[in-house]
Amino acid sequence: MSNSNETIHEEINCALRNHSAEYAEIRLEESESTYIQYRGRELEDIGTSTARGGNVRALTKGGWGFISFNELGKLSDKVELATRQARVVGKETSFFAVTNPARDIVIASMKKDPSSLSLASKKSLLDEYNEIIWETPRIQTSSITYREGSRRIIFANSEGSYLEQEVVDLTLRVNAVARDGNEVQQAGISIGGRGDFGVVEGLHKQVKEIAQRAVDMLSAPKAKSGECTIILDPILAGVFVHEAFGHLSESDFVYENERLKEIMVLGRRFGGKHLNIVDDATLPNLRGSYQYDDEGTLSTRNYLVREGVLVGRLHSRETAARMQESPTGNARALSYRYPPIVRMSNTFIECGEASFEEMLSEVKEGIYAKNWYGGTTAMEMFTFSAGEAYMIRNGKVAEPLRPVILSGNVFTTLSNIDAVGNDLEMNQGGGCGKGGQSPLPVSNGSPHIRIRCCLVGGG
Amino acid sequence: MEQILALAKKETPKAEVFLYSYEETPAIFEANRLKHLHTIQGSSIVLRLIREGRIGCSSTTHLDDRQSLVDRAIGASQFGAIAKFELPTAEAYAPIEVYDPAIESITLEEIVEIGNSLIARVREYEPELICEVQVARGIASIHLQNTQGGEAKYKKSIFYIAIEGTLIKGTDMLFVGESEVSCHPIKDVSRYSTIVESVKKQLEWAKNTATVTSRYLPVIFTPRGVAMALIPPLAVAFNGKTVLQGASPLGTRREEMVFDQRLSLYDNATIDHRPRSRPCDDEGIPSRCTSLIEKGIVKDFLYDLQTAGMANTRSTGNGNRGNGGLPTPGISALLIEPGDTKFQDMVQNMKEGLIIDQLIGAGQTNILGGEFGGNILLGYKVEGGEITGRVKDTVVSGNVYEVLSKLGAVGQETKWVGDSVCAPALYCQELAIASQR
Repeated sequence: MSNSNETIHEEINCALRNHSAEYAEIRLEESESTYIQYRGRELEDIGTSTARGGNVRALTKGGWGFISFNELGKLSDKVELATRQARVVGKETSFFAVTNPARDIVIASMKKDPSSLSLASKKSLLDEYNEIIWETPRIQTSSITYREGSRRIIFANSEGSYLEQEVVDLTLRVNAVARDGNEVQQAGISIGGRGDFGVVEGLHKQVKEIAQRAVDMLSAPKAKSGECTIILDPILAGVFVHEAFGHLSESDFVYENERLKEIMVLGRRFGGKHLNIVDDATLPNLRGSYQYDDEGTLSTRNYLVREGVLVGRLHSRETAARMQESPTGNARALSYRYPPIVRMSNTFIECGEASFEEMLSEVKEGIYAKNWYGGTTAMEMFTFSAGEAYMIRNGKVAEPLRPVILSGNVFTTLSNIDAVGNDLEMNQGGGCGKGGQSPLPVSNGSPHIRIRCCLVGGG
Repeated sequence: MEQILALAKKETPKAEVFLYSYEETPAIFEANRLKHLHTIQGSSIVLRLIREGRIGCSSTTHLDDRQSLVDRAIGASQFGAIAKFELPTAEAYAPIEVYDPAIESITLEEIVEIGNSLIARVREYEPELICEVQVARGIASIHLQNTQGGEAKYKKSIFYIAIEGTLIKGTDMLFVGESEVSCHPIKDVSRYSTIVESVKKQLEWAKNTATVTSRYLPVIFTPRGVAMALIPPLAVAFNGKTVLQGASPLGTRREEMVFDQRLSLYDNATIDHRPRSRPCDDEGIPSRCTSLIEKGIVKDFLYDLQTAGMANTRSTGNGNRGNGGLPTPGISALLIEPGDTKFQDMVQNMKEGLIIDQLIGAGQTNILGGEFGGNILLGYKVEGGEITGRVKDTVVSGNVYEVLSKLGAVGQETKWVGDSVCAPALYCQELAIASQR
């Protein structure tokens, strides 16, 4: 957006005035990112990339046209092309919830702005972390990836919305690899934040721990495959709630599927009274936080499950209208290359009353699973994998195990949660993938939770 | 491009510019009908230079921002890795067909018609099925030029059809699907008849539900199962970068018999009309076919220029630029050689076991150590040589170095899965199965 904002404003307004779609919107975006990557002892890749691009989306008779581009000129032609595409598609009636046109400027604010720091100072922090890993005996190699990105986005639609938003996001992944003969094990941490460089500082102790953990895992046994009682730490429980329930509450899976609507009917019981699940983009300074979503809808706090019962879901303007519910401000796009789709923001299980010690003391034999490798969902069934696992024996955390894959079915596993802890923590290190748009910044969290009869794949 | 190289030359004699442009037009069908038409256009430019022996890199989508591109790459080179390679000089590349001009004449209406007819044919068999379909046409242009006279320029066409069907009964959800991708437009009915037949077969085999208890069982991975479960750990282990770091379990085992002697695997970027083929890699090194496993013996690893330089070997033409940074070694297309057992015979010879076609969460474990596992999204139980029904709420896990060291059988028929894997079915002896109830 090298031209002045006023010129752009005028061009956008002009393009949005003269079209024949029922609804049209324009998004223009400028972004910069810096990355530093180590493989082993040596720095492998360091650099910056910049991008400028935009998109136009048009709706007519229930059909959508979408154009994305890097060349920002001729916006009117692009609106025209998107409208033409929408007309080829649209044969029915449009559903699109009414929202108040938004006019606002949102500026990113952070305690320690990464763009104010030199590349050299960032590199020297990562050097310190890498040195800690390499000091650990039996470490074979390491990898460290740091990335920061800032985006300035202008959003305008044919209803009069005009928003300028600035977003800064940063992530750090540190991985340690240990080896003994043909045996290779790894452990890592992922940290993320909404721009504040402080979140990636002072991790020396955690880095030392992951290096040691990778080494310890070389001699750890595999878990036995089968069903058992598991306790999840807040980080892995956060991944669990995101995969096990969060995705199923995204209405774009449901809104045109009559069978799914019957299954996901509000009021259906999924878990015990101690289970409360919330998605909240309005929380300050989390990676999934934002003021307006990518359709210009004001973000909201939403209970998905309250006292074990399904009470809400996440919507775009289209899914809300189709299901006759209120828009929740959850239409998000990874970048100008993609149209907004229904996504989570900050998703978490609310605190219960159990302490971790109480939960543990009631388990004769089970698994304590921590940290994450990943998670995936196919609506009904889901998996989430732990980066760290221990046997629980007679109410105590016992010997370490190799990483485990945990799996469940949304219709049984949520009701098998028999204890919810009192120690909620948010995990900011992950990114969410859906419809080819990955990784979208989200956060998720939970207190410790205990699940009976969870399916464990050990190997 | 010349202008950027000229600007870079003021700072250093060694530089390279990589320009990538694309236009893709997908038609997206939701809940059995057309819902979106997209046009995705874009281009990006990457500058890599070597200054005072160190690598600097920068990229942008604003093609006129030349000076900033050069300044940023010079800035990065102060900290960059020490270059262990020379940029390639001019070369005549062997022709590899990856562009079919017919792609340009296929109309939006034809694309929409393919989607509609695919949905109609599948639903004729199962009216309750709810389908999501994507039919897409794309063209990419690649232009690479460096200061040593090296230059490559080619166009690639891509046509893509994917269908995903959901069948819901009560709270039971069944997911079936198939896809096909080629440099040719897939217009004729017989080509997408294979997609229809594949979906029908999945629906038929999944009609009944079978149960399985937690224990060790033999497993037949379909080509798609192979691509999902077994390929990711191998792709990491054969990456020259993993080997260089000493993190590949195969790194010190070249010329050793590590796998079943019926297993042969190669990486090939020279097959005509395959979307991952190309005359040269993203650094200008000619494409080739590299043998990774030959009759069970570990043969070679995949390298780009810098990794090869560090490992004192040569590039295998596997320098890939993912999203616009430095090249890194990556697979082109991995092909497993077919064996001599028909799929039907594999099933008939199985007393009790599973067929696994789709897994969720498959690569989300310690793949560096060879581990794989996941929840069976689409899989079937075999009893007494017959498919008895679908299994669900079941997790499989294992390690490729154990599983592939002694195979029960290698399938006769191979199949492309997406654009980067072509495999037969593999019969694996014993895998840990965990099942609910």
